[in-house]
Amino acid sequence: MNLCLQSEAARRGWLKGVSRAIPIVLGYVPIGLAYGVLAQKAGLSALNTLLMSLLVYAGSAQLIAVGLFAGGASVLSVVLTAFVVNLRHLLFSAAVAPFLKHWRKIDLAVFAYELTDETFAVHAAHFASEGVPGRAEVFATNVTAQVSWIFGSALGVLLGNVIADVKPLGLDYALPAMFVALLVLQIQDRVQVAMALLAGALSVGLLLAGLEQWNVIVATVIVATVGVMVERWNKE
Amino acid sequence: MIFIAILGMLAVTYVPRVIPVLLLSSKKLPQVLVRWLSYVPVAVLAAMLFPALLIPQGQADGQQIELGFDNIFLWAAIPTLLVVWKRRSFFGAVIVGMVVVAVARLVLGG
Repeated sequence: MNLCLQSEAARRGWLKGVSRAIPIVLGYVPIGLAYGVLAQKAGLSALNTLLMSLLVYAGSAQLIAVGLFAGGASVLSVVLTAFVVNLRHLLFSAAVAPFLKHWRKIDLAVFAYELTDETFAVHAAHFASEGVPGRAEVFATNVTAQVSWIFGSALGVLLGNVIADVKPLGLDYALPAMFVALLVLQIQDRVQVAMALLAGALSVGLLLAGLEQWNVIVATVIVATVGVMVERWNKE
Repeated sequence: MIFIAILGMLAVTYVPRVIPVLLLSSKKLPQVLVRWLSYVPVAVLAAMLFPALLIPQGQADGQQIELGFDNIFLWAAIPTLLVVWKRRSFFGAVIVGMVVVAVARLVLGG
């Protein structure tokens, strides 16, 4: 009886977690499809395309990587770029840490594997308003999101041979549009608007000056430092 | 070669995701570090976005800022931004951006 009740509660938790992932799924399938098609165009095998969605599971890094592969970039520059692009996850991970104090290390390690911009946004909002639900519910959201990402990638692999050119469908705009949306959703005050403009201008300037690959991380480090200085200055 | 790159990407993606949550779930961070980290997402996203909008890829004559009307990526950012700003819809914005680019190319024949 006890076991029966437990499994019933777990099942309900899973359902709630899956339903919380639905908005993410609606986005991941088309963006994953764009990734799958672009990966095919860049000459990646179907297996490597899907392995990247399974093992790396980072939308913007994957889209950037296939772009670099298409341009004939080296393994080192692809990995370094992925590193720089994914450094922002440090902050997401740090931000959810206080909520998950009571979790076992092994569960935290599994949770972190599927921590993306979108799952972070969903969990952070939910944890802050209603507290941390059961592990089953949290993992259901994450697993649903990643399965939809792999599903979208697979669709892209299948369609990659049918679609001659991604440009008429606007699929190559998935990434810039995602950056616009994530940026707007991150901005909370005027200092952040100013810092976004500064980071963008610095990044473009560094790129034009020939500092490819490093423009993002250099601009970020400078701007985060300036942001903290501006904050202190405003307080005084 | 690509599989090696995937393993490398796995490492550099997973480490920043897992280290803070493992180490910080029991500690408190210095306030200045918390504030510094709070600017990282905005700065990274803007630093990736601006070049994508302002410097179109595949130019034969090197990289330069392109503000002309034929830079569809730049102008498509306006409806994308309006959708996410006014409707707070992340995926609606992404879809609108892709549709605007697709339609603009159809009309302009790009």
